[in-house]
Amino acid sequence: MKVIYTDVLVIGGGLAGLRVAIGARRRGHDAIVLSLVPPKRSHSAAAQGGMQASLGNVIKGQGDNEDVHFEDTVRGSDWGADQQVVRMFVNTAPKAVRELAAWGVPWSRVRQGDRDVIINGQKVTITERNEAHGLVAQRDFGGTKKWRTCYVSDGTGHAMLFAVGDQAIASGIPVHERKEAVALIHDGSRCYGAVVRDLVTGELTAYVAKATAIATGGAGRIYRVTTNAVICEGIGAAIALETGVAALGNMEAVQFHPTGIFPAGILVTEGCRGDGGLLRDANGHRFMPDYEPEKKELASRDVVSRRMEEHIRKGNGAKSRFGEHLWLDITLLGRKHIEHNLREVKEICQYFLGIDPAEKWIAVRPAQHYTMGGIRTFHTGQSRTLKGLFAAGEAACWDMHGFNRLGGNSVAETVVAGMIVGEFIADFCESPEGELDIPMALVREAMQAERAKLDALLNGHGPEQADRIKIEMQQIMTDKVGIFRTGADLEEAVDRLQKLLVRSRNIGLRYKVDGPNPELVTAYRTQKMLKVALCVATGALARTESRGAHFREDYPQRDDSVWLKRTLATWKDPSDTLPSLAYEQLDVMSMELPPGWRGYGAKNYVDHPDTPNRASALASLREKMQGADRHAVQAAVMPYEHLLPERFRGRNERIDEKLP
Amino acid sequence: MSDPVSTPALRKLRFHVLRHDPRDATSVPHFQTYEIEEAAGMTLFIALNEIREQIDSSLAFDFVCRAGICGSCGMVINGRPGLACRTLTQDLPADITLAPLPAFELIADLSVNTGKWMRGMSERLETWVHSLQGDPDLRRLEERMDPDLADRIYELDRCVECGCCVAACGTARMREDFVGAVGLNKIARFSLDPRDKRTDNDFYELVGNDDGVFGCMTLLGCQDVCPKDLPLQTQIAFLRRKMARTGLG
Repeated sequence: MKVIYTDVLVIGGGLAGLRVAIGARRRGHDAIVLSLVPPKRSHSAAAQGGMQASLGNVIKGQGDNEDVHFEDTVRGSDWGADQQVVRMFVNTAPKAVRELAAWGVPWSRVRQGDRDVIINGQKVTITERNEAHGLVAQRDFGGTKKWRTCYVSDGTGHAMLFAVGDQAIASGIPVHERKEAVALIHDGSRCYGAVVRDLVTGELTAYVAKATAIATGGAGRIYRVTTNAVICEGIGAAIALETGVAALGNMEAVQFHPTGIFPAGILVTEGCRGDGGLLRDANGHRFMPDYEPEKKELASRDVVSRRMEEHIRKGNGAKSRFGEHLWLDITLLGRKHIEHNLREVKEICQYFLGIDPAEKWIAVRPAQHYTMGGIRTFHTGQSRTLKGLFAAGEAACWDMHGFNRLGGNSVAETVVAGMIVGEFIADFCESPEGELDIPMALVREAMQAERAKLDALLNGHGPEQADRIKIEMQQIMTDKVGIFRTGADLEEAVDRLQKLLVRSRNIGLRYKVDGPNPELVTAYRTQKMLKVALCVATGALARTESRGAHFREDYPQRDDSVWLKRTLATWKDPSDTLPSLAYEQLDVMSMELPPGWRGYGAKNYVDHPDTPNRASALASLREKMQGADRHAVQAAVMPYEHLLPERFRGRNERIDEKLP
Repeated sequence: MSDPVSTPALRKLRFHVLRHDPRDATSVPHFQTYEIEEAAGMTLFIALNEIREQIDSSLAFDFVCRAGICGSCGMVINGRPGLACRTLTQDLPADITLAPLPAFELIADLSVNTGKWMRGMSERLETWVHSLQGDPDLRRLEERMDPDLADRIYELDRCVECGCCVAACGTARMREDFVGAVGLNKIARFSLDPRDKRTDNDFYELVGNDDGVFGCMTLLGCQDVCPKDLPLQTQIAFLRRKMARTGLG
């Protein structure tokens, strides 16, 4: 039995995983990163548009600060987020941008003086301040009050990933590429590492660690139409689920991005609309102002995606041989802007649609984009039920996105969570809890169990084909668990997915080699993906309300009186065909921003009984503290700074908010 | 507006794929031919997945983003290195020959180990910002940078390490340790970056030899095939002049 020992095992080599590893390494702990692919190929690279951080350098960002970012994020989440975690995040995001700047990310910078921009379809001249010249610039994004999205042209994720990836190399962190964690090693209360399969040789190795961190990104590939990379199959979430102990939170919260290229689903960035691009229908009519007079194209993603589908249903979609779609028009931004600030978009249009977006409109339709749910953790990133297991980034639910994530908040979350969770993992390793008595029998059993499962697939003669089952699952998810959901559709989805899960236990392979065998990989991953898909579908069926991206046509109201709670899914027994659902109540009386209307989307909700009480308590507290500075008021309303690792505490300097 | 996906005549496509599993002692490199029907808007990503789903479940290849962003799917397409995911079959003849990128360790079929090569290059050339101060105070305003300079750095930072330039490079085929256009471009990128405090002498130590900038024979293959249209030749020429000066000085 091959065993590798380390202090911190990080599963996933994207931005979150790499930053976790760097954090642990800087505190003196050994870390190994496992990655399905060379880490610089991770899906983080696909984040084009930018990273939200309230630096407030550009004139349209003036007055921005943590408070505004906090409110935008909580409203965006439709009050599903953990508000303390949001506070931790918004206070750390500016520090993350500044750290990345020091690490070499070539952030686009503010240029003093006049420049022409497109706002609401009109050309407008704005004047950047001299004192902002050379600082990191921000662009507009959906669901935000201020221009807050820091960017590197439209290759933000790429530039960030390369800078962080190179920092990991500089720190001497080994990345074991083409390795896949197929099971966690645990005894029901503590995690000891993972059983890892080499995707080239097929060999299994036990990686034993004090702390294990899952940072494997989202599960977009459980859907047929998704912007996600082909490796985003939710396997990290699945192996946590398969412990039977760790829980997945809010898996029914799935984001659909308004502008997936039709029909391929490849993403074109929200920066297109942020920079002034418009959505048009078959008649060329700009329809978003009809639905969302205030935010128009720049309402939150869940709202824009729903309005687009609604508009198509009314018969306004452009028709093509692959079905109906709408148009994204960025021609008004001008060639210079497109070739300079939206280069990847131009390349994508050129290569995948054969058009020049400076001259023609882009065919788009909403596509699955982001997994708000994930492995449920404390604010430290540690699982609430399995000690020694951590999660960060899209794979995690610590829960800063609630039921809808704002554009620019995910790539920001990856590095912020990496910074914060990396520190907490180091703390854990240094604490008595981090000490490890390695139960070798347990390790051996875990290895044998995985070997047996793989052998069963390799030697079995079942009639089922892995890729057929996978495609059927993806089609069910896209057709029945999409943007508009109904009880009947969801019941059908749960039923059919359960049957697929049973069938997936009877897969036979045509190609039976245990080396670089793509069919074998599809087989064991499909078994895992089906469990994740079932968590999404059952959670959606049970949640008889609409919140954020989860929209039930049969229950269109957000119902805080019943549903202001997080869904927790666990998989109690391997032979089960359904997850067990439980709920975790959110406490209105401790919220800084009690639930209300988001400011966009339908104004249709039922209050929680505590909401008026909390609102009046906050109003009187704020009145009492009139004249006090915003930090003092915030600390009185909902203290959070004690939750942050010490090195990331402290205020953020801005042009208009100098630090002493 | 016209239908964005044009409708090419549907053809039978014949894919001739170079197949080999170096870990299998009985495997002999050979071309295998697969025939599929072309579809509208078909890319090599779609075609290869169709072959794998419907004809041969053992065929090995790499894709990640399938959007031309991550650089995973470099392969030799009808003799020319390129990114398979954004290559439309309508731009190719009906006979399409696919081979793995040369110069990299073969994993199987069309899958090569660019990750190992790129990590080795990064370690050798220390492709990260070398700052003299320790960590900055993250609470303070970031250091300023000229907006044009930031854009110029990004221009070189756009490399996705796909390996096409190495596969198309004559020197790389002869000198195993040649850092390739990808490596030289990194040096150009970091020498442009004022946050990196390394001097020309430091860079000379890294690339002032035949495995570095003096190994380039100016065949221009790298620039011809770079999927990101990086100005590789200009950068290499510029770097060569600078390194020659540094070496003589």
